[in-house]
Amino acid sequence: MNGREQGGAIIKYRVYVYVWGSLIILTGLTLTAAALEFGGLSIIINILIASVKASLVVWLFMHLKYESRLFKVMLLLAMTTLTVIILLTFSDVLFR
Amino acid sequence: MEAERTEHLNQEQQRDYTGSKMGMWLFLYTEFLLFGGLFLLYSVYRTRYVEQFHTAAATLDTVLGAVNTVVLITSSLTMAVSVSAIRKGDRKLSVSALFLTILFGCGFLVIKFFEWKAKIAHGLFPGALEMFELPQGEVIFYSLYYVITGMHGLHVLVGVVVLLGMLTLLMRKKINEKDFIKLENTGLYWHLVDIVWIYLFPFFYLLT
Amino acid sequence: MQTSFYVAHGRFRGIFSWILSTDHKRIGLLYLCSILSFFIVGVTLGLLMRLELFAPGRTIMDAQTYNALFSLHGIVMIFLFIIPAINASFGNFFLPLQIGARDVAFPRINLLSWYFYITAGILAISTLFAPGGPPDAGWTFYTPYSIITTTSVSLAAFAAFVVGFSSILTGLNFITTIHRLRAPGMTWFRMPLFVWSVYATSWVQILATPVLAIVMLLLIFERMFGVGFFDPAKGGDPLMFQHLFWIYSHPAVYVMILPAMGVISDIIPVFSRRTIFGYKAIAFSSMTIAGVGYVVWGHHMFASGMSETARWLFSFLTFIVAIPSGIKVFNWVATLYRGSIILGTPLLYSLSFIFLFSIGGLTGLMNAAVATNLHIHDTYFIVAHFHYVMFGGAGFAFFAALHYWYPKITGRLYDETTARVAWLIVFIGFNVLYFPMFILGWQGMPRRYFDYPLEFTNAHMISTIGSWILATGIVIMFVNLVLSAARGRNAGNNPWGGATLEWQVSSPPPAHNFEEIPQISKGPYDFN
Repeated sequence: MNGREQGGAIIKYRVYVYVWGSLIILTGLTLTAAALEFGGLSIIINILIASVKASLVVWLFMHLKYESRLFKVMLLLAMTTLTVIILLTFSDVLFR
Repeated sequence: MEAERTEHLNQEQQRDYTGSKMGMWLFLYTEFLLFGGLFLLYSVYRTRYVEQFHTAAATLDTVLGAVNTVVLITSSLTMAVSVSAIRKGDRKLSVSALFLTILFGCGFLVIKFFEWKAKIAHGLFPGALEMFELPQGEVIFYSLYYVITGMHGLHVLVGVVVLLGMLTLLMRKKINEKDFIKLENTGLYWHLVDIVWIYLFPFFYLLT
Repeated sequence: MQTSFYVAHGRFRGIFSWILSTDHKRIGLLYLCSILSFFIVGVTLGLLMRLELFAPGRTIMDAQTYNALFSLHGIVMIFLFIIPAINASFGNFFLPLQIGARDVAFPRINLLSWYFYITAGILAISTLFAPGGPPDAGWTFYTPYSIITTTSVSLAAFAAFVVGFSSILTGLNFITTIHRLRAPGMTWFRMPLFVWSVYATSWVQILATPVLAIVMLLLIFERMFGVGFFDPAKGGDPLMFQHLFWIYSHPAVYVMILPAMGVISDIIPVFSRRTIFGYKAIAFSSMTIAGVGYVVWGHHMFASGMSETARWLFSFLTFIVAIPSGIKVFNWVATLYRGSIILGTPLLYSLSFIFLFSIGGLTGLMNAAVATNLHIHDTYFIVAHFHYVMFGGAGFAFFAALHYWYPKITGRLYDETTARVAWLIVFIGFNVLYFPMFILGWQGMPRRYFDYPLEFTNAHMISTIGSWILATGIVIMFVNLVLSAARGRNAGNNPWGGATLEWQVSSPPPAHNFEEIPQISKGPYDFN
């Protein structure tokens, strides 16, 4: 519980600006993808882009890259739970 | 002496930096599942009413939505900068970045307010007479729009209030380069609110 | 001898030294007292229901009152008694002691969680006096009826929403505590099994409770604004309410039963003077139950018009839960085998836990089969089944924990003979009360009716008599515990000869638990 434990590496401002730039570009990309009207594919493309954006935020803005493995495993657990819940609900909704 | 010992023990616990952060992450998972439940509801009705969702989504203002996305992403940047700055001991930069974050947060809420206001002026809200003439799928879409963006807006509002508190602590040097966990945890919460919006934006504004 | 936590009152005095305390032991006792109060409320409501069913036709109340009673009985017993019963009270008191910590990770959040709990409790009770009358939609709040009824469903749903926060904060606190505050040498596999079960429970609380929060909120929105998500007239789907509700409420069953299993795993080795058989199997089965518990909620909905695919899928998954539960039962029995058994009251309750939980569990398998389920859906068979699991399981484990840890909490011994007599009466009363319900249900008696055809009279009468026996037993038990707190013999630090850490400190424990944080070098059931 001394200073050494506090938070690990400090991310450079430059990296944050890069992340921000990528997020803006990805927002533009998702707008373009929506405008091109891929039909059914469109929602998948948009969710993929949103997930890339979310990962960037979690990994660098939220510092997860520098956290211990325990933190990553816990996040995976929460995500798995939600995925399983959605899949099982759709086993009813899609086949009713 | 007993009180002194209690004080000492309390301090010992408060200094568990990783523990505090773990508690915050665990709290974020509960938020994640809270919105997860709403997204589940959204996805079920979206698969059921594909066409009607598209028609209704076309009435939302994509430009305002996109502007709000940029505002929130930028507020995340300033938030992250604020945490890094205080860790480097740069209080001035930290304070101004945090101030900008609050400003962006308020900006987001103002834009959201005008968006809702325009919709409500058109009679598009749950329980309105105009809603009874719409197909059921569109009614559900608008309800989902209000409930989910409303829940998100509430989280932004709470975030802004907490950020204001952090700003005071920061200026009174209660948050400093040795003890910055409160600011860091607030940042984590703020980023989560950003992530939720990152998904909300395509779900409601970009249905083509 | 160090000052006990009763004497060291902290910064405040009198009542404030309790309701503003951040000491996990005081908060544990706050929880215990409030939980017991709500238990008494729930029991009273249950007794009144049984009294109504003593004879066919209207006996003491009309149908609407009965509807309100069974709804409130469910809400109080589920949300305010059995979910926090062991976890929040004994968990709070003993988790830090058992892992060698001075307190939980976030003492103030711990106190906050109690305030959420007590607020929810007051809200739930206030529905009795609210305009429109107490809720009559059952504790499950099924739509669309819960949307159209004029009773105070919104208030009750809000109470469930608030109690969810208490549950989440407790879970968050316990997980962080277990990860961060274990004493040096307290490795994961040296933790008492009660701690393992609390750990598994906490994960369920964190990952399931938010879904309840959101569905209760949506129900309130539905009633206030008519958003239409669950209203077929507006294009909504009532089954989505059931899905979201059970996504929380089935895992909640494991929030109730897992800590109970943890208590049993702690008591059995102590009272048979043998180390636990299959420590790792029991620990991992707790985690497995928590995990599998997420994927079986659909078995509550077999008769709802859910898809055929979902029905066989959920049925299959439900059968899987029997495996980790079976592992636990076999390991407990194996621990007892050739042990030097001391038939103390905690063990009596534990043994009856195994017996009753097995009946509840095996009838659960009958319910898990879709074909059988359709036959007994919404009958007294279900009522009997979940009372055997919840009351016979979690409730009896709560009584076991109450007797097992009583000397540590109060520093005194209860009267053993009276306690055994009370146990016998409770055990007999329980079976006389609930066993006839299996038969009634199998014969087709539907649940949630205040009246019944004449041919069911005998079984209902026996059941009601059982409720009186059970209540008598509970009264004797509580009177014994209350009187012994003042008059009982001094217990000493370790009356049962337990090897876990809480028995190594004085009774009642000192304010800061451990003068020196202990160095752990052996397992929790190492009696040598």
